[in-house]
Amino acid sequence: MTELIDNASSSESPIMTETAPPAISAGDGPLKMTTRNVDVFYGEKQAINGVSIDVTMDNVTAFIGPSGCGKSTFLRCLNRMNDTIPIAKVSGEITLEGEDIYAPSMDVVQLRARVGMVFQKPNPFPKSIYDNIAYGPRIHGLASTKDELDNIVETSLQRAGLWGEVSDRLQDSGTALSGGQQQRLCIARAIAVDPEVILMDEPCSALDPIATAKIEELIHELRGKYAIVIVTHNMQQAARVSQRTAFFHLGTLVEYGVTSDIFTNPTQEKTRDYITGRYG
Amino acid sequence: MTGSILFLLIIVLGGIAWFFGRVKARGFSATNTKRGAVHSLPTYHGWYVALWAIGPALLFLIVWNIASPALITDAALASPAAEQLPSDQFARGAILAEARSIASGQQVRAFNPLSQSMVEPYRTAISYYQMIGMVAALLLVFACGVFAWLRLKPELRARTKIERITMMTLLLASLIATITTVGIFASLIFESARFFSMVSPIDFLFGTEWNPKAVAGPRGETGFGAIPLFWGTVFIGAIIAMIVAIPLGLMSAIYLTQYAAPGFRAWMKPILEVLAGVPTVVYGYFAALTVAPALRDFAVSIGISGASSESALAAGVVMGIMIIPFVSSMADDSIAAVPSAMRDGSLAMGATKSETIKKVLIPAALPGVVGGVLLAVSRAIGETMIVVMAAGLAANMTANPFSSVTTVTTQIVQLLTGDQEFDSPKTLAAFALGLVLFIVTLLLNLIALRVVKKYREAYE
Ligand SMILES: Nc1ncnc2c1ncn2[C@@H]1O[C@H](COP(=O)(O)OP(=O)(O)O)[C@@H](O)[C@H]1O
Ligand SMILES: [Mg+2]
Repeated sequence: MTELIDNASSSESPIMTETAPPAISAGDGPLKMTTRNVDVFYGEKQAINGVSIDVTMDNVTAFIGPSGCGKSTFLRCLNRMNDTIPIAKVSGEITLEGEDIYAPSMDVVQLRARVGMVFQKPNPFPKSIYDNIAYGPRIHGLASTKDELDNIVETSLQRAGLWGEVSDRLQDSGTALSGGQQQRLCIARAIAVDPEVILMDEPCSALDPIATAKIEELIHELRGKYAIVIVTHNMQQAARVSQRTAFFHLGTLVEYGVTSDIFTNPTQEKTRDYITGRYG
Repeated sequence: MTGSILFLLIIVLGGIAWFFGRVKARGFSATNTKRGAVHSLPTYHGWYVALWAIGPALLFLIVWNIASPALITDAALASPAAEQLPSDQFARGAILAEARSIASGQQVRAFNPLSQSMVEPYRTAISYYQMIGMVAALLLVFACGVFAWLRLKPELRARTKIERITMMTLLLASLIATITTVGIFASLIFESARFFSMVSPIDFLFGTEWNPKAVAGPRGETGFGAIPLFWGTVFIGAIIAMIVAIPLGLMSAIYLTQYAAPGFRAWMKPILEVLAGVPTVVYGYFAALTVAPALRDFAVSIGISGASSESALAAGVVMGIMIIPFVSSMADDSIAAVPSAMRDGSLAMGATKSETIKKVLIPAALPGVVGGVLLAVSRAIGETMIVVMAAGLAANMTANPFSSVTTVTTQIVQLLTGDQEFDSPKTLAAFALGLVLFIVTLLLNLIALRVVKKYREAYE
């Protein structure tokens, strides 16, 4: 499995400390986001318990774990999408470039422009391909002329590897594309507002293997330009696309470290059991 | 013996037939214990006999009730007393009708002595034919009941037959509504055809002069130009009412689905729905007594001439208010049907709530909303009470909302109330107006349902 992992730096000592959370130090590259002792409650029910993770700029970070363990919940904390769920309560500290994103002074609109999100099921708007991509730039006033907007649309589609397939039909409805194309459209849509971080919640779970391979390839290409966090229930996928992996279990972070270490030499019993398929 | 007692008796006999059928079936069920040897449970055999006993007899009674009056009249006319009757068809008919209602006990005393003399022959004829009907019905009960009872045997597929009859009964029930509608439509067409034989359809549909009272003689009628009515209907129901109902309905739906706390929504929605149940005559009072005078005073104070105490605006506004719950609940449904993934996608792009509503939710929900609005329009143009009370009777072709206009429904009421002959063009015009209204609302409904269905499919 190790050969699947591309240039993960294994020279450094494992990021994991002996006792699972907290205190996690970054790997290589500058720190993009940090979280400290994050708890999330849905009403009375606790879904996340004291999670501390650092997200670095140059690595793709994967969240793995059995379903229902809180991966999506934790991911949604990073762009405050949990705000849209009335019963969700988030506590702890989460920063983006050192700024507390839950501080009253933080503007959620700005935050979400900086931290984009791609969902499990492709969700293009029932609008043209062009309008799907132009949606964010228009909201945030990123283009002052039609040419600028055309430009943003083209570069975003190119970065998402979709330009060649749709350049001659930008006015067609986004919902008419195939599932894989729709998901790349959603990635292009997120890229269009020039975010710093892109969160992906099981972006391939609704796609066939070929479309999945394309998305994984795309993630490789986007690495370094954006800090990428991906939730996946597919361990091979985590091994293929990420350099850092966090293993969640029942709302707690069990182990976080260099992907190759997690998969070849986990320090925690639970991680080993999960990786070797003993449960999950 | 009266009809209802006979009916009860037949039902009781049916019960007895059920019992005997079941007893017989139990008998052979007990002896044929092999599985599948007896096709149906004893109850089904009971029902089989009971339905055979009751069904033909009841059918016969229905036919008999339709046929016997003519036979009774013939018998009465054959009596010696009938010789004194006048030969004039009309006078004769009146006398016979009077005699018949005295004979059947609906009337006590005759105004015409000739009627009195016909009462006795009538009485005899009625009791004679009643007796025949009763005896025949009871004979049918016995004959058919015994016939069915004799046919009972283990392999009789009684269950299948009962199942089929149940299905037919349900089918019949569902057909009644449809057939009634078809019947209404046919009678509208029939009466309208009579109207159009007197007034040209072109004059009716495109004429601009509506004044049925001034109509003089047969043929060459004028004053049946319905354009002012169509205009008034559209002006009130499709323009003014919708200017009120669409924005308010849509905004309240948006508030309720997107902003309102669940608790607030939980009691606000039922209140809106109650609004839809207020009788329209109550809205009519409100329009005529409160809104119309207030609007007139307002118009006068800002110097609009021709302001009337009956105005298109008053009727339209109140009708719009009446329609709000309708629009808002349709809009509510279609907004709620937009997948939440759309909303999340937009919010995750950094759009605010209102941007999300404006740019994603409403465009996505639009077909559903349009369907709702079309249904609302079709309701508004068929609405009668409010416009009768508040819009007036003057067939004006005006775009001034403060003046009085009239609508199709108002004029139908006008044409049909009071003493009317049923073959004058004036009365028949009501059917032609009704036909137009029927066709327009039917089309609106069809289009609306189609739009809504398309929209639903888009999110499957
Ligand atoms: N909107 C919600 N309301 C209430 N409970 C929720 C909600 N979303 C998730 N949960 C609960 O939180 C826990 C974690 O869910 P989730 O983050 O979706 O897990 P994962 O993505 O790892 O499968 C689950 O027990 C789930 O039932
Ligand atoms: Mg999930």
